[in-house]
Amino acid sequence: MTETPASAQPGAYHPGPNQSGAYAAQPAEPEPVVVFRNVSIAFDGPPVLQDISFSVAPGETRILLGPAGVGKSVLLKLINGLLRPDSGSILLFGEEISSMREEQMFPLRIRTGVVFQEGALFDSLSVRDNVAYQLIQERVPDDEIDRRVHEALTFVELDNTFDFYPGSLSGGMKRRVAIARALIRQPELLLYDSPTGGLDPITSTTIIELVMKERDVYRTPSLLVTHRLQDAFTLCTHRFDPELGRMSPLPQGETDPNTTFMMLEEGRLIFDGSLHDLVHTDNKFVREFLE
Amino acid sequence: MAIGALERIAKDIVLTAQEYTLFAYRAVMNLFRPPRYWTDFLMQANIIGVGSAAIVLLSGFFTGGVLALQSAATLSEFGATAVTGRFVSLTMIRELGPVLTGIMVAGRNASSMASELGSMVVTEQIDAMRALGVDPMRKLVTPRIYSCIAMLFFLTVLADAFGIMGGGFVTVVMNHQNGTQYFSMAWEHLHFPDIIQGLLKPLVSGFIIASVGCFYGMRTTGGTEGVGRSTIDAVVFSSIIIIFADFLMTQVLLTLFPPL
Repeated sequence: MTETPASAQPGAYHPGPNQSGAYAAQPAEPEPVVVFRNVSIAFDGPPVLQDISFSVAPGETRILLGPAGVGKSVLLKLINGLLRPDSGSILLFGEEISSMREEQMFPLRIRTGVVFQEGALFDSLSVRDNVAYQLIQERVPDDEIDRRVHEALTFVELDNTFDFYPGSLSGGMKRRVAIARALIRQPELLLYDSPTGGLDPITSTTIIELVMKERDVYRTPSLLVTHRLQDAFTLCTHRFDPELGRMSPLPQGETDPNTTFMMLEEGRLIFDGSLHDLVHTDNKFVREFLE
Repeated sequence: MAIGALERIAKDIVLTAQEYTLFAYRAVMNLFRPPRYWTDFLMQANIIGVGSAAIVLLSGFFTGGVLALQSAATLSEFGATAVTGRFVSLTMIRELGPVLTGIMVAGRNASSMASELGSMVVTEQIDAMRALGVDPMRKLVTPRIYSCIAMLFFLTVLADAFGIMGGGFVTVVMNHQNGTQYFSMAWEHLHFPDIIQGLLKPLVSGFIIASVGCFYGMRTTGGTEGVGRSTIDAVVFSSIIIIFADFLMTQVLLTLFPPL
């Protein structure tokens, strides 16, 4: 966030600094950030994911829907190599990662921001040290760290928690700190694992607004896992208004063109398309899920 | 049916041993390639060394005292109470110092390592660390192993010293014997083979405590109940392996360095 150019400030709707090269050239077919090809994985039993294929394009926000226990989090962990597939191939930033060694994965993971289900903040570290974790490992000077942490915490509207410890934060605050931690190094891909799971509706809306703010301000490609339809629909039918400092609905009938949906059922990808396609699909499972 | 169950258990044991060997090998070899987290080495040395000092010193002191009490009672039958110092110092330095210190530190630190790392696993903090581009083996496991090896060495030396002092206290204050005689016997009959036994054993025990504690912590599954299970396994297996390794090492060291 520290090196964000004016063009990437709220409301600008320009690519963030990490995608600037790709966008400036305006290639006809920009290379996808993530590509899954026939990916399957199992853990001591029936397959958790079977024959999954999809991609995430630059600037695209993909929402992965599905009931609990269907393999959504597993899919997210496959993207940055926290799990390895049994078969198929996964391309992250154009590199095949499915057979990559752990040490080779770290440079790619640094380019990816992850928000875990419960935040996964380090209990023994303060909010400042949690958010700055990567910067501390890279031995960035302390005053530079403090400045960037303040910026990241201001983005999630939690600057007053700088010296707090995770134990003294509420569930919603922990998720927001986790978002700040994921954003501090300006990732080229963001992965959200049920960021609103277990939160009350008001806090959920705050989190979704932050996801939307990140999407509309920095244009970072992202994949968001959720089983909450209202969150998914809000993301697609609203935009972040930088002047008001909050989200506002898009005109009637309009949706965000870069926000698309996927749905999993028993480890298989049964839907991949826009909100319009989703609400008009004939697939029985999707219809039941929507209703 | 029973054979099937036995086969499964045997396979589990072999698989666990294989995983532990690979885990320990990786953790040890990480020291020879960057990045190295020296701050974490120092922090762990403080937690393991300074944190365990009190229990190790107290247990060493009272063990030495008990040895003096028991040996004086038996030796007096032969009119040999003068060799109490020799008996206490040799027993503490060759055997009880390293083993007791190992077991005390295993109870305190193998359990804390397993529960701390296990909690981090079940709350996805280990995954978060990996996602942030940091190798948990290098950041969490390697510093614990080397710090534990180094600190157990010094703790054992302290336990030996306090054990001999405890024996001296009992000899002088309770048994009303000559203190100079006790300490001169304790010192004069110590030889190189005794010292080498006493100083090599804690290095192995330190490695066992940290590697077993971290191994069970890092393979925790099943939420908070799993953390409890990992903690118990870490303490039980590290204590058993310490005693077994002590038995093997004693046999080998007695062959290599026969008593003078």
